[in-house]
Amino acid sequence: MRLHRATRLALYAVLELAATPERQVSAADIAAKFGVSINHLAKVLRDLGRANLVDAVRGAGGGYRFCGNVRRTTLKDVIEIFEPENGAEGNAEPGAQTEFGAALAVVFDEIDDIARATLDSITLETMLKLTHRIQKREQRQDVA
Amino acid sequence: MSDTDIMAENDSERAPGDAGLMIRNAVAHDLPVVIALDERNTGIPKPDYWRDMFERFGTGREGRYFLVAESKGQVVGFIIGEIRAWEFGSPPCGWIFALTVNPDIRLGRIGTQMFNAICGCFKAAGVTKVRTMTSRDDLTVLSFFRSQGMMAGPSIQLELDLDE
Repeated sequence: MRLHRATRLALYAVLELAATPERQVSAADIAAKFGVSINHLAKVLRDLGRANLVDAVRGAGGGYRFCGNVRRTTLKDVIEIFEPENGAEGNAEPGAQTEFGAALAVVFDEIDDIARATLDSITLETMLKLTHRIQKREQRQDVA
Repeated sequence: MSDTDIMAENDSERAPGDAGLMIRNAVAHDLPVVIALDERNTGIPKPDYWRDMFERFGTGREGRYFLVAESKGQVVGFIIGEIRAWEFGSPPCGWIFALTVNPDIRLGRIGTQMFNAICGCFKAAGVTKVRTMTSRDDLTVLSFFRSQGMMAGPSIQLELDLDE
């Protein structure tokens, strides 16, 4: 599955902030960690702010902090801020109205349904647990 | 005290508000509550089905587990699973095929404790993998299993409308 660059960055940023919701993190720190420009990140953070997932804290020591519900916000919630679903998009493609187009649409709908259910069932909290588990696994492998 | 009681008492993930929750093997006396909880969640009464499930899974047969969560003398949830071997070519693994928590007291980690208890039963029986299957539309249950760390397994479920 391919996500737009901004969407992927939004997921990184929101997870970075949700991992330590009590902490304010500067845009510069987030941009440095994920190797993106501050300008690009600032636009993403603005959109996340409009969606009430992050708060901008102004002044010295300011930055951004997560203000959503880590147990309720899913990956799909974040993705849809940047990539709203457009069910009719595929119908406009050349060939979509043919018999083969219709059959292909059934297969791609199946894939979309599975992807949607997956993204809608994984909360930020679940993602943070997964991150922690992967880190622990990697640490164990390093020791071995 | 059974193995499952011990697991619930030792559960390090117990939340502050759930003191006294006990996970134990189901007994016939629990069936009316199990039937009522399921009907409340699904909207479909299936007393015969649950009586049959109890006969098959609640009577202590090896590798079959029908556990209930009890709080303050009330059954507030149940979970059912079994160890299946070589189904779909898979080595022995635990399968969870029913999980219900009283909707009035969800988010109290009752599901988590039942999940941990049945996984403990599977582990004690020597299996190292647990699987389940849920409807794509049932986001509550799907999210719960995801939150326990479950990921997509190696199988894909397929079906066919026979009347086409």
